Amino acid sequence: MQIYLPIAEISVNAFLLLGLGGMVGILSGMFGVGGGFLMTPLLFFIGIPPAVAVATEANQIVASSFSGVLAHFKRKTVDLKMGGVLLIGGLIGAYMGIQLFNYLRSLGQVDLLVKLSYVVFLGIIGSLMFVESLNAIRRQKKTGTATIRKKHTWLHNLPFKVKFRTSGLYISVIPPFFVGVFVGVLAAIMGVGGGFVMVPAMIYLIGMPTKVVIGTSLFQIIFVTAFTTMMHATTNYTVDIVLAVLLLVGGVIGAQIGTRIGVKMKAEQLRILLALLVLAVCGKLALDLLLQPSELYSLGAGGGH
Amino acid sequence: MLRFIALMLLIAFPLNAGEEIVADLSQNRVGISATFDGSRILVFGAISRDAPAPDSGPMQVVISVSGPHQPVTIRRKDKRAGIIWVNSASALIDDAPSFYSVATTVPLAQAISVAGDVEYKVSIPRAISSIGTQIATGHAAEFTEALIRIRSGNGLYQVHEGAVELMSETLFRTEIDLPSNLTAGEYTARILITRDQQVVDVFETKLDIHKVGIERWLYTLAHENAMYYGLMSLFIAIAAGWMASAVFSYFKP
Repeated sequence: MQIYLPIAEISVNAFLLLGLGGMVGILSGMFGVGGGFLMTPLLFFIGIPPAVAVATEANQIVASSFSGVLAHFKRKTVDLKMGGVLLIGGLIGAYMGIQLFNYLRSLGQVDLLVKLSYVVFLGIIGSLMFVESLNAIRRQKKTGTATIRKKHTWLHNLPFKVKFRTSGLYISVIPPFFVGVFVGVLAAIMGVGGGFVMVPAMIYLIGMPTKVVIGTSLFQIIFVTAFTTMMHATTNYTVDIVLAVLLLVGGVIGAQIGTRIGVKMKAEQLRILLALLVLAVCGKLALDLLLQPSELYSLGAGGGH
Repeated sequence: MLRFIALMLLIAFPLNAGEEIVADLSQNRVGISATFDGSRILVFGAISRDAPAPDSGPMQVVISVSGPHQPVTIRRKDKRAGIIWVNSASALIDDAPSFYSVATTVPLAQAISVAGDVEYKVSIPRAISSIGTQIATGHAAEFTEALIRIRSGNGLYQVHEGAVELMSETLFRTEIDLPSNLTAGEYTARILITRDQQVVDVFETKLDIHKVGIERWLYTLAHENAMYYGLMSLFIAIAAGWMASAVFSYFKP
């Protein structure tokens, strides 16, 4: 069944979109990631204009993170104070990201910016995850479980120290603030929640306990992506609600199926699979940039925008 | 100069030399609904004469349908730093139809003279006005060719030579395919009849293509009340997220 998307102004198969939403939903349920970093490139591949893909995906992430954070509120695994600091940084970052996005859009370089960001971040995160989970498997074979003692670094001793009770930390607000800014910029440019950058940063840089990390990052992501959605909707008119709803429906159903599959698999195996998946998407996008395209020319709306 | 040629042509072969087009479209309005998957319109008509047909060359019919004209930026990728393909050169074509289809009884070059093509802008390259094209790096033709190639590939620019049926130099008809990736707006259908490559009569009619129903409502809201549209999108997203969580926690122990 073909459906005409009012903002993207193209006609797409509705079942293809439901299927994509479902597939990414299964993966995000299995791995506990937002899935934005997979969905946005997939939308490029099926011909949705990058600007519409990025803005619409931000809207979809609001839905999936909201659905996720409710469970964490019930379990009391959201550090609201830490989330607030990350959020202030995130909003500032998202605002800067949108300005950069619009500036490069006027230069016709937004595709390059988005794709390069994907290649760089997916490449780094994918390789780190791959190496880390290989090591974890090796460690597990030697001893039972390995625990990493958290150390205070110079980062935590910067000024403006605050007590974060839920996380059990007494550290400076500067590191979480800048993590927030950085993730906000990524959210605006890449149409992702940024969980895949924020979660490792919260564990390794800020030193938060793993159990509050996911809930807190989801809390921040809801507000940052909501803000990004509003910014894209009011400055670029690129949020396609029909596209978002179709992806949503597939996504929420897929996520529930994925969670059930995820429970049955070992954490290290899951992480290796996710790492390979991230590297595959990264490779495909890198090839697009490195190989000569079959059509060198592309069309854009006329000047004055 | 062109005006002079046109004037001379008019004197030599006056318009309405007893032959006039009477034509219509199968529909004057096309609605783009949520399930719009392209459409097809029939252009048909007849030649009315108040005298027997002149014994000059055979009559040819040229039918074109063109969409709203818009400026287009065309960008070319070049290899930068030896490895990466980046948009570099660009050209702005200030007036290109978003859709253009031309159908004729015989190959276009036989149906109309070069001067006629220049005056009536019948062929695709003539329909695209590149006067005032701003080219950063020269080679306007390359960019215009790329525009035609890409839009032809998307079914937005079409040439159907020999697709117009003409019966006893009086009745004619053709079908024009409208693809699903249409831009909404006012379209123009134009019919030219020629003899010996000279235009005898011109007929024009409007075709209104617009979004209908929820498509129209959403598009208008998104552009005119962007704030409300954004808030509505967020509301839908949050409601959907809450519902999903509620439904699935109901099924879970």
